[in-house]
Amino acid sequence: MEQKSLFSVISPIMVGPSSSHTAGAVRLGLMARNIYNNEFTKVKFILYNSFATTGFGHGTDKGLLAGVLGYSVDDSGIKNIFDKASGIDYSYEYREDISRHPNSVDIIFDDKMTISGDSVGAGEIRINNINGFSANIDGSYHSILLMYKDRPGMISKVSDIIQKQDINIASLHCDRSSKGGAASMYLALDIPVGDDIVEKIRQIKDVFFVTNVRKLK
Amino acid sequence: MPILSFSDLAEECNKQNKSIYEIAQEQESVLLEDTVDVVRLRVLEDLLAMKDAVKNGLHSTEKSISGWCGDDCAKLIERYNHRRALFGKTFEKIITYALATAEENLRMGRIAACPTAGSCGIVPSAIIAVAEEEKITEAEQINGLLTAGFIGLLISNKVQLAGAVAGCQAECGVASAMAAGAVCQILGGDTNQILQAASLALKNILGLTCDPVCGLVEVPCIKRNAFLAIHAVTAAELALCGVESKIPLDEIVDTLKITGQLMSPLLKETSLGGLAKTKTAQELEKKLFKNKKMTI
Repeated sequence: MEQKSLFSVISPIMVGPSSSHTAGAVRLGLMARNIYNNEFTKVKFILYNSFATTGFGHGTDKGLLAGVLGYSVDDSGIKNIFDKASGIDYSYEYREDISRHPNSVDIIFDDKMTISGDSVGAGEIRINNINGFSANIDGSYHSILLMYKDRPGMISKVSDIIQKQDINIASLHCDRSSKGGAASMYLALDIPVGDDIVEKIRQIKDVFFVTNVRKLK
Repeated sequence: MPILSFSDLAEECNKQNKSIYEIAQEQESVLLEDTVDVVRLRVLEDLLAMKDAVKNGLHSTEKSISGWCGDDCAKLIERYNHRRALFGKTFEKIITYALATAEENLRMGRIAACPTAGSCGIVPSAIIAVAEEEKITEAEQINGLLTAGFIGLLISNKVQLAGAVAGCQAECGVASAMAAGAVCQILGGDTNQILQAASLALKNILGLTCDPVCGLVEVPCIKRNAFLAIHAVTAAELALCGVESKIPLDEIVDTLKITGQLMSPLLKETSLGGLAKTKTAQELEKKLFKNKKMTI
């Protein structure tokens, strides 16, 4: 059993009222922001199940928006986030889908990238899908996410660049649409990499998206 | 080796001639790979956030998002301006601070989840009110919060502190056991008395369900914080007098876990049973959804 910290019991300091529906929502937004890692003008949230039915009473809508705008879970500004987000075209949709986790959301940036995740309790979150590719990101690692055309040798090319920096890869997850089709790779790292490394990965032939994902606080 | 049970904790305190908070801060310092001083500073951050939440809550009558709650703390302040509470100033402060914090949580104010957001008023109100009335130093309040945290930590190693897993006994109930231990610590109780206080508090809330109206952390959660803060202080007083639980704390925690498993899912944060299914709750639900135009 992994040893837990006492601070998991007497913290976090957060804005209320719910660790799963408020703090979890902020962290899902923050994680999605880190993954998209781009300026955006439009964001759409699709809330599922309990997020959809009890979300507004818990400020889930505000939390998600504050997260994608970079607010931390204890920022008192979350309450009035709608007044501060005038430059952003944001919208919400509410759905029921029993195949999804009770506290689940899709976050869609600029109609370009869809990031899906769940608030799994006590403010902990998990991103499980990015643009149709399966993922398993809980925000506890600095990481690199890339999308590319599936072909032999990609893992080796990417890990070679990282290994040359003497950085340890904690875990590696790949998924693909079909053989030779679009694919995704997610590398969790023990320490963060610089943007120069990300740039090198971007230069690899057939890589069409790469981003440096910072871990959550 | 981390300490995993309360019997191990008692034995370790005895062997090393240390208090629970000392064992707690040392174990945490190893885990965080930092000094005991840094651990205590982080605890102080939590304590200060708790005090800010009380202060903000005392000065606000802003309603929660649903519009149901938010002005009860003001009613207490109003009455106690004119007359004294039945058991005196400490009692008055505990229930007022508990409501202040829980209401602040519901209006999206900044709180420390201890152990959860829904139970955030219990540990702070007990520690802060008793500290104010008994002139307890800040260092000793940190010791109290460390004691509370370690009690919660050992319980959470066995059962997840979530209403959805084991009902409210795992949230407000555990908060009450934590607060009982903390109060016992800051009033000079020894290791056994602290563990007895936590035992007595926890034993007497076994079976508490989680049935929030409309799924919001509001009814009955806010007022329950005041009740269980007083419950905690009752346990601490009994333990300080030398009253002991016949059943040891480890076995009470096991019982809490098993009781949580036996509890119907209808009573574990699904809002499909209990108070959430009363006629009035269903009417409130209809009104709330109509006002917010929330349909799926």
